Amino acid sequence: MVAVNDNRAPVAVSPGGVAPARIGALVLRHWYLLRSSWPRLLEIVYWPTVQLVMWGFLQQFLAGQSGFFAQATGILIGAVMLWDILFRGQLGFTLTFLEEMYSRNLGHLLVSPLRPAEFIAALVVMSMIRVAIGLVPVSLIAIAYFGFNLYAMGLWLVAFFLNLILTSWALGLFVCGLLLRHGLGAESFAWSLAFILLPLCCVYYPVDTLPTWLQWISLSLAPTYVFEGMRALLIDGTVRPELMLRAVTVNAIYFAIGLAAFYWFHRDARLRGSLLQMGE
Amino acid sequence: MSAPAVEVIGLRKSFGPVVAVDDVSFSIPPGSVTALLGGNGAGKTTTISMLLGLIIPDAGRIGVLGVDMARDRYRVLPFMNFESPYVNLPFRLTTRQNLRVYGRLYGVRDLDRRIAVLAQELELEEFLDRPFGNLSAGQKTRVGLAKALVNEPLVLRLDEPTASLDPDTADWVRSHLLDYCRTRGATVVLASHNMLEVERLSDNVLMMRRGRIVDEGSPADLIRRYGRRSMEEVFLDVARASGQAAAAG
Repeated sequence: MVAVNDNRAPVAVSPGGVAPARIGALVLRHWYLLRSSWPRLLEIVYWPTVQLVMWGFLQQFLAGQSGFFAQATGILIGAVMLWDILFRGQLGFTLTFLEEMYSRNLGHLLVSPLRPAEFIAALVVMSMIRVAIGLVPVSLIAIAYFGFNLYAMGLWLVAFFLNLILTSWALGLFVCGLLLRHGLGAESFAWSLAFILLPLCCVYYPVDTLPTWLQWISLSLAPTYVFEGMRALLIDGTVRPELMLRAVTVNAIYFAIGLAAFYWFHRDARLRGSLLQMGE
Repeated sequence: MSAPAVEVIGLRKSFGPVVAVDDVSFSIPPGSVTALLGGNGAGKTTTISMLLGLIIPDAGRIGVLGVDMARDRYRVLPFMNFESPYVNLPFRLTTRQNLRVYGRLYGVRDLDRRIAVLAQELELEEFLDRPFGNLSAGQKTRVGLAKALVNEPLVLRLDEPTASLDPDTADWVRSHLLDYCRTRGATVVLASHNMLEVERLSDNVLMMRRGRIVDEGSPADLIRRYGRRSMEEVFLDVARASGQAAAAG
């Protein structure tokens, strides 16, 4: 093998060959970027805040008109905040990847020792950071102005969060694979793909609102179980662990598919030479 | 005799009906500078991209520092690096931040000291804390070079290292590269359309046309064999396929 070069520090590597130091390096690169750009930081907080204010006032209006909404306090605000975990999680994952394409830095990363698994791990970390930056202030606004405390869901919030963020990463992996294979021509999927879930996973209404054939599709989506679970908690005050179990099972399948798609697109891009043409 | 730093055997790559690289074989001794020359579409970029692992070959084998790139490229990538003016560093990050990120990616020991050394050697001190996007073309090239040298690579791949630089800065960059290769014994694979640069830096030149290596030798040897006065004239002969008979004769 190669001669030992004394410039390289011994890098701690897990059994799969994954080095936390390299994941940290990529996270640091994006942390520097966020820190240096107030418009980026503002954008992360902007939409969740606009959404909360709009749905918050709608919730207040409906509570004054309908006994159901007066009883089920926070059902719309809760739904919009949980939806934002899913949407912002996916956007945080893919936007971090897109930043590398926008800055034409991807070539440097792809010929560096950074492995695809480390790249994905860094995107996962950045997705969590971006969700936290976007949602923590919004959750505090919800407490202060609309009397809705997301954290009152307790451990169930953790279960909802983990399931939604896992779905967002599965979608993010698929979109990043498309971007690797098709370049910036696939960029619009980063912004739009998650929205196909919005009507299907029943964010604002129960599954039985849908026609029977659509219910089957809806029940094949992990977020459906999260929103059903949230409604059970907020409307009836009951917990439905079986829903979370189904969500985890479906999510495990989605994440595996997302991961396989990412690796397949990555390999296909290397076969076709499209990593060199990352433009339109 | 030492084992080659880079060894390519029977490399082939097609994109649909187009054969981009056709049965290319060569080896590069450690500590030498080898230039890959050819006109547009000759197969240089595809060959070099396969060397870096960005493209998977249809056939053939690439060995770098004794490691099979198809099977084990992540073992050898920490010992390689790459510089091209066509691949940017993040614009909003400062020079120091960019070097920190890449130093960590390459697992550089005592990174702050290494950055200080590079800043001194490549004269980066005055813009070490300025965003990369605010630098001039010459300054960006120097930062790109610092990134390429941050891990003191044993195999360095340079793509047009002095493109868009004024003659004085270009000369300074070439001197620094030569100095680095001599002191570290690094192996360089160079792609350039600047024939003066090729003459000055290269120990060996591989001439490519239509996906094949059609000739090779030192710049002086090629100039003598083709009966020309410069590498530019040799390049034109090969690109227009008019000098083959002269060279063969």
